[in-house]
Amino acid sequence: MKKDFSILIGGAAGMGSRKAGLVIAKLFSGLGYRIFIYDDYQSLIRGGHNFSQIRASNEKVLSHRKKIDFLLALDELTIKKHQADLDKEGIIIYNSDKISIKDKKTVGIAVETIVKKAGGIPIMGNTAFVAGFAKIIGIDWKALKKLLKKEFKKSQELNLKVARKAFDNAKSLIKIKKIDQLPLPLLTGNEALSLGAVKAGLDFYTAYPMTPATGILHYLSGHKKEFNIAVAQLENEVGIVNAAIGAAYAGAKTMVGTSGGGFALMTEGFSLAAQSEIPLVVVESQRAAPATGVPTYTGQGDLLFALTAGHGDILRFVIAPGDAEEACFWSGKILNLSWQYQTPSILLIDKEISESTFSFDNNILNEIKDGKPLFWNKEGKYFRYKKTKSGISPLAFPGEKNVICKSNSYEHDEFGITVEDEESVEEMQNKRLRKFQEMRKEVEKLKAVNVYGKKTAKKAIIAWGSTKGPAKEVAEKLGVKMIQPVILEPFPEKQMKQALKGVEKIVLIETNSSAQLGKLLNCYGIKADKEILKYNARPFLPEEIEEKL
Amino acid sequence: MKLETYAENTWCPGCSNFGILTALKETIFSLIAEGIPKENIVIVSEIGCGSKIIDYLNLNSFSSLHGRPIISAEGIKLGNPNLKLIVCAGDGGIYNEGIAHLIHAAKRNSDITVLVHNNRTFALTTGQFTATSPRGFKGKSTPEGSVEQPINPLKLVLASNGTFIARGYALKPSHLKDLIIKAVKHPGFSFVDILQPCISFFDTTSFYNQRVYEMKEKDLDSQKEALKKIEEWDYSENNDSKKIPIGIFYKVQKPTYEKQLLRTE
Repeated sequence: MKKDFSILIGGAAGMGSRKAGLVIAKLFSGLGYRIFIYDDYQSLIRGGHNFSQIRASNEKVLSHRKKIDFLLALDELTIKKHQADLDKEGIIIYNSDKISIKDKKTVGIAVETIVKKAGGIPIMGNTAFVAGFAKIIGIDWKALKKLLKKEFKKSQELNLKVARKAFDNAKSLIKIKKIDQLPLPLLTGNEALSLGAVKAGLDFYTAYPMTPATGILHYLSGHKKEFNIAVAQLENEVGIVNAAIGAAYAGAKTMVGTSGGGFALMTEGFSLAAQSEIPLVVVESQRAAPATGVPTYTGQGDLLFALTAGHGDILRFVIAPGDAEEACFWSGKILNLSWQYQTPSILLIDKEISESTFSFDNNILNEIKDGKPLFWNKEGKYFRYKKTKSGISPLAFPGEKNVICKSNSYEHDEFGITVEDEESVEEMQNKRLRKFQEMRKEVEKLKAVNVYGKKTAKKAIIAWGSTKGPAKEVAEKLGVKMIQPVILEPFPEKQMKQALKGVEKIVLIETNSSAQLGKLLNCYGIKADKEILKYNARPFLPEEIEEKL
Repeated sequence: MKLETYAENTWCPGCSNFGILTALKETIFSLIAEGIPKENIVIVSEIGCGSKIIDYLNLNSFSSLHGRPIISAEGIKLGNPNLKLIVCAGDGGIYNEGIAHLIHAAKRNSDITVLVHNNRTFALTTGQFTATSPRGFKGKSTPEGSVEQPINPLKLVLASNGTFIARGYALKPSHLKDLIIKAVKHPGFSFVDILQPCISFFDTTSFYNQRVYEMKEKDLDSQKEALKKIEEWDYSENNDSKKIPIGIFYKVQKPTYEKQLLRTE
């Protein structure tokens, strides 16, 4: 029996398909399956069509797939929209109190009738639906009850009664086998990167709500006491970035999160952080743009923007992790790097990483340290912008005895006084350039490029960010090489050339229309032979990549 | 103790910013004498003539971007709530470019002090109209005179629930010093609009000298009384403008933003 299932649950916004999907994913997770959930929702609060597509596999999976094994329909539209993708062995499970269908392999669950008979309230319909589905796929009552008890703290008894009724009414059609591996927690990319930053010593998170980064604000606000951090929502993104820089000047490890539009507003601050040499981490979770674009969907259209944002010659790190565990590791790493080099940096992700749910291996947290930047040794007079060999000036903060800490957005001398003369201006830029050389060296010491699939293959796929998931899966299936540059600035030229050794044909895969990584690679003499680009605001599916290869 | 730096002062000779610098220095001496550690004082500025003040003070300082010093100061305060934040900024920055930050800082009662060097013109860019320039202001961008009415910033801060609202005059540094000390000591958002004649691009010296008077401070907790006094002058520049009160208009105590946000249980 196969051990890779695809389940789609859909309904109108407000019907609770996301929550029901998450509970189903947890049922599989409890059996040792590795999970990926893609959440597709529109920019509205009621109506429309939302769905969650769950992949449950015995191996780690980083994307959903096109073919559906179980189509769970809370409304008729879900069937209409998705039945074409149903596998020939697939089953449609639907609310038979609302929909009537024939001719297909279908199983009805009389949701409203069950809820009424059990004395429940309408909102408990999804409990009935999930419990009915659990029985159909052969989950035992004990496991289901244990999970539901965890999920429903309110009206627990009544929910269990509804679940029992639905469970007893349904018939088992198959038996999903247990996998012999420990269950892993389920986390969204936003939650995972939050944990990484906290592990690296985050003190302060500030953000203005913007999909798909809002989840970070919600998660950190909900856990601020446990994490011992401050969280603030402020008036706008211009305010956010400037407050973040202020807090870091005072010594607080700070991070902000937004999407492309918000980051566009933050660019003046990005430039300030560079000039005044203050650490700043921006999580830029891309969505389909330009402008308001397709706000609740995904894309990789901001890479060139991230590489060049801010006026003036600016040094930065741009790091693009490809899944939740990478997002966790690199958010911690980028916070430390930003402080070590007193420079602004961008963690570039997208909706697909931010809001998708992944099986998450906590061990990655052990690889993150609360790094110590270069502090002042408290000897002599303090110079905020001391010219050193490495270009890194030791840090001290206002409030420290014998310290006068002068931060300046104007060009400045070592003490921080404004200067305009040609010699001083050039010297200070040279100091920052020395720092950039150190950043380049640092990048080559890190694992800045990942290689997957058949390492000796002559054909290589290059993909970045969330596109890693489906690209890696296809590469492993077809026996080609897959190369994922994770750090994009400073560009890991040596590692990339090493990864490309022996490769004769390069296929570039991106979810944008202008092959932005391709343009970056061109700067280093790397040219793709073929481009597979997708820009309908939806992520790549493994089947699509396989077909186009 | 010396508060001067080695930086060359580049204000025009006779600039009224010297008056503000004098008042601010005396404030700092007085705060230190009262036990506030010097290292806990941070001056935040932006871009413009008045903002150059940080180069002339041997104190912690943060030069922000144009229009952003208030939100920078709020960030610094959140980063270390023990610090005393004094913002020195211009009318262009606070009332034009960064007006949203003024409103929100007042609204949330952030525990910072904002001193606006209000010369009612963009001086460093050679004399364009700002949000507080009078209607009819003739500058290089409005050769026939600005067609816009000025805003009354005190009224705006009152409407935004600021908890300390005052006006000072750069050419009365002793009175100004007392105001700034009270502002800095006020727990919460304190705001002082400082009338600051620009001798090069908008010389209002004699206009102010004829009209400015030190008002009697009473009923400081009444928004209604404050509004009455605030409306004595609407920042216009005509002969109907008879009296310009300076001093504290409004002062109430409310929980500060930082104390509430950073509350640990």
